[in-house]
Amino acid sequence: MTDKPTCAVEVSQVTKVFNVGKPNQVKALDDINLTVSNGAFVSLIGPSGCGKSTLLRLIAALTHPTEGTVCVNDKSADQARLDRDYGMAFQTSALFKWRTITDNIELPLQLMGWSRSKRKERVVEMLDLVKLSEFGDHYPNELSGGMRQRVAIARALSFRPSLLLMDEPFGALDEMTREHMQTELLEIWNRTGKTVVFVTHSIPEAVFLSQRVIVMSPRPGRIASDISVDIGERVFETRESPEFFAKVTEVREALRFDHGADE
Amino acid sequence: MTIREEIAFGVTKYERREARKRFVRKIVVFLVFLVVLGLAYTGYKAFGQSIDDAQTDWPVIGAIMPRTDDLTMPPLSAILAEFGQPPQRNSSKPLGAFIAEASLFTFREAALGFFMGVGLGLGIAVVMLRSRWLERGLSPYLVASQTIPLVAIAPIIVIWGSNSMGWLPFEWKTWMSVAIIAMYLTFFPVAMNGIKGLQSADPAALELMRSYAASRRQTLIRLQLPSSVPFLFAAFKIAATAAIVGAIVGEISGGVRGGLGRLILDFASRYTTGPERLYATVIGSAVLGIIAVGLVILAEYIVLSKRRAEAHTP
Repeated sequence: MTDKPTCAVEVSQVTKVFNVGKPNQVKALDDINLTVSNGAFVSLIGPSGCGKSTLLRLIAALTHPTEGTVCVNDKSADQARLDRDYGMAFQTSALFKWRTITDNIELPLQLMGWSRSKRKERVVEMLDLVKLSEFGDHYPNELSGGMRQRVAIARALSFRPSLLLMDEPFGALDEMTREHMQTELLEIWNRTGKTVVFVTHSIPEAVFLSQRVIVMSPRPGRIASDISVDIGERVFETRESPEFFAKVTEVREALRFDHGADE
Repeated sequence: MTIREEIAFGVTKYERREARKRFVRKIVVFLVFLVVLGLAYTGYKAFGQSIDDAQTDWPVIGAIMPRTDDLTMPPLSAILAEFGQPPQRNSSKPLGAFIAEASLFTFREAALGFFMGVGLGLGIAVVMLRSRWLERGLSPYLVASQTIPLVAIAPIIVIWGSNSMGWLPFEWKTWMSVAIIAMYLTFFPVAMNGIKGLQSADPAALELMRSYAASRRQTLIRLQLPSSVPFLFAAFKIAATAAIVGAIVGEISGGVRGGLGRLILDFASRYTTGPERLYATVIGSAVLGIIAVGLVILAEYIVLSKRRAEAHTP
């Protein structure tokens, strides 16, 4: 591997306008500056319409800024996408229902031209990482929602990207499964040392998972505050600790915008 | 086996059993309907006959509803018996054998036309997927192509086939022209459903493919084509019957002998001397159509069950 870049993600002065010049023109993001250092776990939180998903998709180079620049691993976001520098997971796990779990995890490797034996080897590793070793031959619709998300994470990590982009991956899960998945994600993060950018609309989830919580305000999307979360190692009891509650309160307060005041 | 695995296994097993039950139920319903249909036909005929016998001048039958005399509605038993009888005094085989042979001939044309039409339809769908502009431009012509009466273009295609296919490495036979006519009816539903199917790919999955920097070709083969499979099978069912109809009409209007079309033409022109023969041939054509659709359903079952039920082969 080459030298690790200092910044995994660098967003500078980014503005994103949809439907430019049309009557339904919308400013989704306004003057966004964000730097994510290597190996960090950063959450983007905000009400719907705050542009958090758009920001994530800008980092993924699935859409492009109207103004400003996005760099990933010291390259342009587009180049980073072509270099397969990041893996992505969506709220709908977006598994291919005609492929077994093994074949789903293999998909990116197949597209990237890995040899069959290397693919097999890697899939076994990934199934082990997300604790689904017994389910390789199953089809997605035979798995629970939480299991499907684990497969999506395994698929996103299978080709060893340095960056993991997650768009409300646990949004469709029930509360118990969700907390369980959060613990597992942190475990994976600790083991693999990836940089994670995580979009969510759950305050406790953002606080529990991240080192930094970026709070965004809507219409147009802006960064309202940048809260660092140092509440030590996350364990089961963390969610019941006063420090955790304090941080949850801090984020909740930061999310209290004056609705409609600027109109 | 873990508990979760056990549950998953149980679910698939249950699904499979349900699928089998549904299949059996479908067959039973089909057969029941067949019997009901036969009874309705016979019942209506008997009803009309009784009114005739009573010499009452009931105005409905013969005016609004079809007459029930043996020329208009030959008895079901006579139609069925006709299959075992030679269609002409000097013919060596029973009518059933003639119909079977003709069906095979027509089926060959229809099958070739079907596969060519599927290829053409898929090709058009992929081209339309590539460009919004082409999709908009091409669609009206596709629809227009189906409004041209088949009887008008069939002779043209047959003449083209016999006159200008000399450059081919094999000898062009007229039945191949009929296959082209069958293709003409087949490609349309495949193209229309094909484009819908290709566009049905999950938007998140499409973004995923983009995030992998997958090529358009990879996206087509790995994501869009598999997503379109359920749509395609719906189209194949329509296309299968369309191919049979196209082949029969093509034979009739192209003057091609050997198939069901010719048989229908022959028996229609001699209807008054034996309506049962035409009825029997029509039944034969219907059976051929059902077999064609049945083959598509079978293929669908095999392909789709591979997606779901094969999960537990170790």
